[in-house]
Amino acid sequence: MAEIHNYTLNFGPQHPAAHGVLRLVLEMDGEVIERADPHIGLLHRATEKLAESKPYNQSIGYMDRLDYVSMMCNEHSYVMAMEKLLGVEVPLRAQYIRVMFDEITRILNHLLWLGAHALDVGAMTVFLYAFREREDLMDCYEAVSGARLHATYYRVGGVYRDLPKAMPQYKASKWHSKRDVERLNSNRSGTLLDFIEDFTRRFPSCVDEYENLLTDNRIWKQRTVNIAVVTPERAWQLGLTGPMLRGSGVEWDLRKKQPYEVYDKMDFDIPVGVTGDCYDRYLVRIEEMRQSNRIIRQCIKWLRRNPGPVIVEDHKIAPPNRVDMKGDMESLIHHFKLCTEGFCIPAGEAYAAVEHPKGEFGIYLVSDGANKPYRLKIRAPGFAHLSALNEMVRGHMLADVVAVMGTLDIVFGEIDR
Amino acid sequence: MTNELQSLAAIIEESIGDAITNVIYSTDELTIEFKREDTIRVCETLHDDTRLSFEQLIDVCGVDYLSYGEESPRDLKRPARFAVVYHLLSIKHNRRLRLRTYLDDDFPLVSSVIDVWNSADWYEREAFDMFGIIFEGHPDLRRILTDYGFIGHPFRKDFPLIGHVEMRYDTEQKRVVYQPVSIEPRILVPRVIREEGFGGRDS
Repeated sequence: MAEIHNYTLNFGPQHPAAHGVLRLVLEMDGEVIERADPHIGLLHRATEKLAESKPYNQSIGYMDRLDYVSMMCNEHSYVMAMEKLLGVEVPLRAQYIRVMFDEITRILNHLLWLGAHALDVGAMTVFLYAFREREDLMDCYEAVSGARLHATYYRVGGVYRDLPKAMPQYKASKWHSKRDVERLNSNRSGTLLDFIEDFTRRFPSCVDEYENLLTDNRIWKQRTVNIAVVTPERAWQLGLTGPMLRGSGVEWDLRKKQPYEVYDKMDFDIPVGVTGDCYDRYLVRIEEMRQSNRIIRQCIKWLRRNPGPVIVEDHKIAPPNRVDMKGDMESLIHHFKLCTEGFCIPAGEAYAAVEHPKGEFGIYLVSDGANKPYRLKIRAPGFAHLSALNEMVRGHMLADVVAVMGTLDIVFGEIDR
Repeated sequence: MTNELQSLAAIIEESIGDAITNVIYSTDELTIEFKREDTIRVCETLHDDTRLSFEQLIDVCGVDYLSYGEESPRDLKRPARFAVVYHLLSIKHNRRLRLRTYLDDDFPLVSSVIDVWNSADWYEREAFDMFGIIFEGHPDLRRILTDYGFIGHPFRKDFPLIGHVEMRYDTEQKRVVYQPVSIEPRILVPRVIREEGFGGRDS
């Protein structure tokens, strides 16, 4: 029988390391990859077309469902694009809240990435550790918006509501004894800010824990060092942004270079890699978590001292207070108009980008003056990153594909849109 | 309009002014419209000229202006139905730029910029898939997001939101079959354009 060298391997769409619904067609020479052809679109929902048929404010919830592990950052970019066209000035307190939740989201995203990446490569424990901290952060989401994942918290002109004065409490049940409940509630007696501050105090040592498991781990290094090296020139040719670009040693971060909201008032550093391999990108993201923690602490300090409005007073674009609505005729009409018709955005176009945990997430909005977008284009970082996969895995072994997909930090909600 | 955008526009005018049809400033952003035939020359200049050096192609997207401005009291007429919009980023100069070029209505065709920016690969495939825009010189212009064997270009304005076909599992034939859509199109919130200054807003 003739020996077969070249063959095609189908990977996914039902593969646990495919991070969702990726179908990869790999052309292999023995165990070495010659070409990788990702077939995407299995999660395509035509978000952009759906948004064209709905008033502006009703699409904010769709944005959560794009990159479903960094929900609030997606919303941020969308509301920023609308605010740009409307010319709305967001209250300062809302800007701080947005920055704080953007960074909470960044930690949420990086924790999932870290857990899933380590799990793909063969380290189970990190996943469990990472989800322990994610739990606390999702409680923050829940406290502020009522939803643990799809928050719809950012609104045009600010955020939906101010930070709550109390945290939800655990209650004794068949599964939790009274002593358990007391322990679980010990850091929930104060406000949301107290809870987040307690988290930021604990979190650096948690990051140390993950690093203990991975950074000097021999197997981890064997699987990631010198895998998928990307030079800075190739990185921008391939459209890489965010940690993928910084991993290649390019000092580029929209939060520093084109600051939006109050990032220019924050004190933080941008980590960059040296060689541009998977290991460097790992180190960059780990350091980003520590920097996010720093930013959150600065926001907490400011938010404690500066009460104020969290959404604009203009009731043509932001709904009036619920209590007012019950007694005040004008508020009722405003609310009715906003819910049945929404608001119109002047004709024009705008592009708003945020430094999303995965890279540059941008919204290109074309308006013809109606209450619905004429065209909405979502620039998802994962889309560009996945298109670079072919070049990144070429010449590597089959097992490295999984490590590279881990380092790309892909989520199909945003790639397929 | 800030000085920086003005100077950027001046440099572009100077180097590729003959290809440019329009320069638009809005919301602190600069948009350059250019002739479709000059796509490669314009993009190569923007990429290579060290005064411009737009190293990164952030996004390529198709736009269908079929019904743009139809309901609007203002004159928003566009010269053609289809356009391709490029978003560029210069890391060296920390600047952004939007490019737009209008295409022929019945055969939307434009040169691919994949040799200038490799990241154009999937973006152009997406614009082809969604709008049927042909990128001349693209080595592998396949559909990317829609189903295998999909017919039509879903983001065109004349493609209905509910689509043309739906898919279900047929128990008799024991396979998945396609059939015409059974749902009715519906509009929950009508599209309205309010006159300028409506409700006391000056925007």
